[in-house]
Amino acid sequence: MRTRTWAPYALIAPTLVLMAVFLVYPIGSVVYYSLQRYNVTQPWKNGFAGLDNFKQMLFDDPLFWQSLAFSAKWVVVEVGLQLLLGLVLALIVNETFIGRGMARALVFSPWAVSGVLTTGIWILLLNPSTGIFQQLSQWGIGSPGTSVLGNPDTVFEALVVTELWRGVPFFAILLLADLQSIPKDLYEAASVDGASRWRRFTSVTLPHLKDAIILSTLLRAVWEFNNVDLIYTLTGGGPANQTTTLPLYVARQAVDSHNFGYGSALTVAGFLILLFFSIAYLRLSKFGSRA
Amino acid sequence: MTETLTRPPVDATPPPRQPTKRRRRAVAEEPGKRWMIHVPLVLYLLFTLIPFYWMIVFAVRPTGSTQLVPWPITFEHFDTVWNDIGFGIFFYNSVVMGLGVLVFVTILSVMGGYALARFRFRGQRVFLLAMLCSQFIPGAMMLIPLFVIFKGLGLLNSITGLIIAEVAFQLPLSLILMSGFIRNISVELEEAAMVDGCSRLRAFFAVVLPQLKPALVAVGSFAFIGAWNQFLFALMFATRQDKFTLPVGLSFTLGEFNTDFGALAAGGVVAAVPVVLVFAVVQRFLVQGLSAGAVKG
Repeated sequence: MRTRTWAPYALIAPTLVLMAVFLVYPIGSVVYYSLQRYNVTQPWKNGFAGLDNFKQMLFDDPLFWQSLAFSAKWVVVEVGLQLLLGLVLALIVNETFIGRGMARALVFSPWAVSGVLTTGIWILLLNPSTGIFQQLSQWGIGSPGTSVLGNPDTVFEALVVTELWRGVPFFAILLLADLQSIPKDLYEAASVDGASRWRRFTSVTLPHLKDAIILSTLLRAVWEFNNVDLIYTLTGGGPANQTTTLPLYVARQAVDSHNFGYGSALTVAGFLILLFFSIAYLRLSKFGSRA
Repeated sequence: MTETLTRPPVDATPPPRQPTKRRRRAVAEEPGKRWMIHVPLVLYLLFTLIPFYWMIVFAVRPTGSTQLVPWPITFEHFDTVWNDIGFGIFFYNSVVMGLGVLVFVTILSVMGGYALARFRFRGQRVFLLAMLCSQFIPGAMMLIPLFVIFKGLGLLNSITGLIIAEVAFQLPLSLILMSGFIRNISVELEEAAMVDGCSRLRAFFAVVLPQLKPALVAVGSFAFIGAWNQFLFALMFATRQDKFTLPVGLSFTLGEFNTDFGALAAGGVVAAVPVVLVFAVVQRFLVQGLSAGAVKG
């Protein structure tokens, strides 16, 4: 079906229009704003700024580097743990046992829950007055009044666990889907050859899952980098900016200080960083190189 | 693909007493190892379910009570959030938005996915690349220009505006997924129908669409859940309370220290029940749909 026709263009036309208006044009204007002094609260100073915003960001703004470092830590820890737990979970619910359908539906269900709702649920669970730690302390475990979200020493762990609750099912679903596409005779052949269970996992399962793992970790890394809902509502970037990611910093520049020029420069930097790492990753995985 | 649909019932009733030729047999042969499945599964189930249970308990027990198994239960918190805080309106807005996004994302991704899977056209690679790149654009970072665009188009405080923006952001990934699904449907049947005199459109509806059902369910439910959960755009572009969606309404009941926990929990239940139900119904199709090869693009 390699006919030259207008049909494919007609079919993608609505998508093109939407992407042009809501993706391409905004990117263009972010780049434009990033070269401007553009602050809604100080309009008399607005004007062309050249690379001033970028200079300030690179040399004069410790919070930029701090938020970038936290973003990196957040993405690596979250995606790594989600992949590990998701893989284990997928392997478990791929086995045969009574109630498997029910178990799958239950363990996957947090995937459908929003970041804000996740925050709501975990605030109920973690708050010092009526949360789970209060309950445990009544049973003699731990001390009453433990506030894991307000304590700088535990806030990162609390945040990580909360996002794991919602994030692990994503990997489990994708990897389970891929596990089910492994031809069964591969395992039988391996069994006949006397391969142990672990050996079958490393030489049949893992190589087959490789592509799915590469794609899902990349997608997830981008999403976790850009994840604002949960951190914004759970810690607001605090205490003392300790959990501020780059996108959260941008959102605060836009919403709180109305410094659109500087916020746009931060956006451009974040986009370039993400694009650089993604291209490197895609190259490594040879994704999209269909014949 | 219809075969994958009928597979679970077959699975559920294996021929009695016959050793099935599956690798699962390995587990059945080693009953002593079953704890390796059950122990981690139960632990993970607890991790998943305790937070849900905690929310439900808070939602149905009177303020000040600390019972872990609340009885008698009360619906006062639901009455408060639904009528006083306005979750009734938020719920309606979320339903409209979720269904709107579902319909448009599904239709547009089938159209575009079909174009990518069944045609070779100039600019195809650029189009595909642009859609992949769009996945790297942080929604949070687009707030500033989008706000300006929305204002210019008069789309602030409008559910229609939210639907359009959400469709634009969801479409690239859905479209790529859908083209993977369509590529997996053999082209021969379709060609045969066209040789027999069907138009391409009729061939699509008669041959392709029936086989796309699991894909439609997967993409459609993705779209609905994504729209239902959309927070940042809804927060930025709706300033009037009668245009709030559930996540925005919920975010105003949050706060670690001075929160009405009963109202927060009841609001959470209202926000959770529809998506969790939708998800429970479709998760089987989701796994099947994805395993049909979409992941491999």
